Amino acid sequence: MKQRTLLLSALALGLSTLALAQTPALKKGLKITLLPKNINNPYNVIETKGGLDAAKEIGASAKVVGPSDAGASSQVSYINTAIAQRQDALILAANDANALIPYLKRAMQSGMKVVTMDSDTTPEGRTLFINQANSEGIGRAQVQLLGKLINYKGDIAVLSATPNATNQNTWIKWMQEELKLPKYKDMKLVKIAYGNDDDQKSFTEMQGLIQAYPNLKGVISPTTVGISAGARYLSTSAQKGKVMLTGLGTPNQMRSFVKDGTVSAFQLWNPGDVGYLATYAAAALASGQITGKQGETFTAGKLGKYTVGKNGEIVLGPPYTFDKANIDKFDF
Amino acid sequence: MKRRGLLGWELSVIVLVFVALFGGALLSPDFLTASNLSFLTANFSEVALMSLTMTLIILVAEIDLSVASILGLCSAVLGALFAAGWPMPLAILAAFGVGGLAGLFNGLLVTRLGLPSLAVTIGTLALYRGLAYVVLGDKAIADFPAFYTNLGFGSIPGTQIPIPMALFAVLAVITAIVLHGTAFGRSLYAIGANEIAARFAGLQVTRVKLSLFVLSGLMSALAGTVYTFRFASARADNASGFELSVIAAVLLGGVSIFGGKGSVVGTVAAVFLIGIINGALTIVDVSNEILTIVTGLLLIFSVLLPNLLARVRSARERRARGRAVS
Repeated sequence: MKQRTLLLSALALGLSTLALAQTPALKKGLKITLLPKNINNPYNVIETKGGLDAAKEIGASAKVVGPSDAGASSQVSYINTAIAQRQDALILAANDANALIPYLKRAMQSGMKVVTMDSDTTPEGRTLFINQANSEGIGRAQVQLLGKLINYKGDIAVLSATPNATNQNTWIKWMQEELKLPKYKDMKLVKIAYGNDDDQKSFTEMQGLIQAYPNLKGVISPTTVGISAGARYLSTSAQKGKVMLTGLGTPNQMRSFVKDGTVSAFQLWNPGDVGYLATYAAAALASGQITGKQGETFTAGKLGKYTVGKNGEIVLGPPYTFDKANIDKFDF
Repeated sequence: MKRRGLLGWELSVIVLVFVALFGGALLSPDFLTASNLSFLTANFSEVALMSLTMTLIILVAEIDLSVASILGLCSAVLGALFAAGWPMPLAILAAFGVGGLAGLFNGLLVTRLGLPSLAVTIGTLALYRGLAYVVLGDKAIADFPAFYTNLGFGSIPGTQIPIPMALFAVLAVITAIVLHGTAFGRSLYAIGANEIAARFAGLQVTRVKLSLFVLSGLMSALAGTVYTFRFASARADNASGFELSVIAAVLLGGVSIFGGKGSVVGTVAAVFLIGIINGALTIVDVSNEILTIVTGLLLIFSVLLPNLLARVRSARERRARGRAVS
């Protein structure tokens, strides 16, 4: 019976990847260590919780260990302990891109699979890196969300960080790409404002946007500082509920604005999914389904199929949308 | 009489080392493996190094709380100079210069101004750590040449003995010889037991103490160099809080906090004891907070116990004397 399911799942996997060679199933009883940056950080807690959930699904025994401070070297003794405990895989959010390398190398030499999530080391220190989201996904998803909120009609603006912020500029470039699609023909990007990731400046920039553009229907602020300052202005203005504000924010900072109706929805990656995907990726490595080469594929439970990208990077996918219905499930 | 009691203490610590090893093996089958013991000892190299000079300083009834901050400062200086293009040997030399100066400053404040070392070095604990941040800020300098990081990270070829621990073994032997076999070493016991008497006996108390603080600074520079290479990372926050472990090891090793009593053997045994206890608890996933609590308790225990023993002994003697009189 057990063998048959094993065979069936192997067959299914083989078919789904169109691989002619047999793809081995995920091993049962894998020993996995999850090592967050520090153990009491609420963001990390959700991340590792996702990892533990995935471990339960695949019958692995996983545990979360970690330092109480995020110092460069405080993770080292945990890496060494994982080696001594002969864990099959180590999943970590690295506190330092370099300090851990010799230890991670030794871990890999001992046969342990190493996957980083959220915060990477240099590629020589791990086999796979789980990236929350890529720039294209973040940029496009925010326009898609705003389009839905304003019925694909009206003037829109962007409230960014500094004029030379690399990641914000890349996201804005992808927003503009998305806006070229025909379904956005009635949406017009009228202004890109810069709040310099400063609370006061972002607040006054938001005020300026609303006064300067009476037909403004929506604002995207792809920075956690900008979106919360913008929401604070909007919550007291007459345009509350008329101008839609969205962007990248954290649930804790946006909770009150979502509850009072200032903001209907905003985005960020779901940290639980990062840990979930990392665990499936680590298990796929430890079971020999993948080796970390570009183009290899594996299935990550409820999240579906993933492909290993360049330099062993795996992108979680488009950002997660938070709204009134789900925001209370998150605390970070 | 007193001397035998002291040896008894050191012997107890050595016995406890084996008890801890045995306990660790019971806790986890992965504990008593060559590779784990290698990790475990490498993990306390810096504490071990600094505990040698701390032994000498506490023997003369002083203390240096700034050791871990000097370590951080030297690590920051080493990293900053290397990043500025200095050749590595020169950068290391400069780090030792800074360590020596930091120790000299401590020593001058204590000996020339007659300030208590507890107050002086708690001040420089903050001062030197602050300077480390001035030098390097939040940056981390990495990309050191592999030759140097291998020195910090590697083992003696053909063995599992970490190179920093081999360095420690050599320095421990030298310290033991100096302390127990030279006039300078004996003068430390004399100063610690009774400083005024030592002065009247013609000992250069001021010069001896000053040199000990400089030595302590140099040892912290060495520990800082080891730490920097062991983690291939120079950061201002390197090794913060290590002074607790260093002092705990020295006191647990039987060195009296009031000076005049103690030995290198005791310190070395206690360094291993604390390291092994921490290692055994780590391998069964006991959290870091608990480890800090354990270190703190060991420290208190090692100050409290000799005190209690002395009280019991004097009470017994008094009773015996009372009986003799009646």
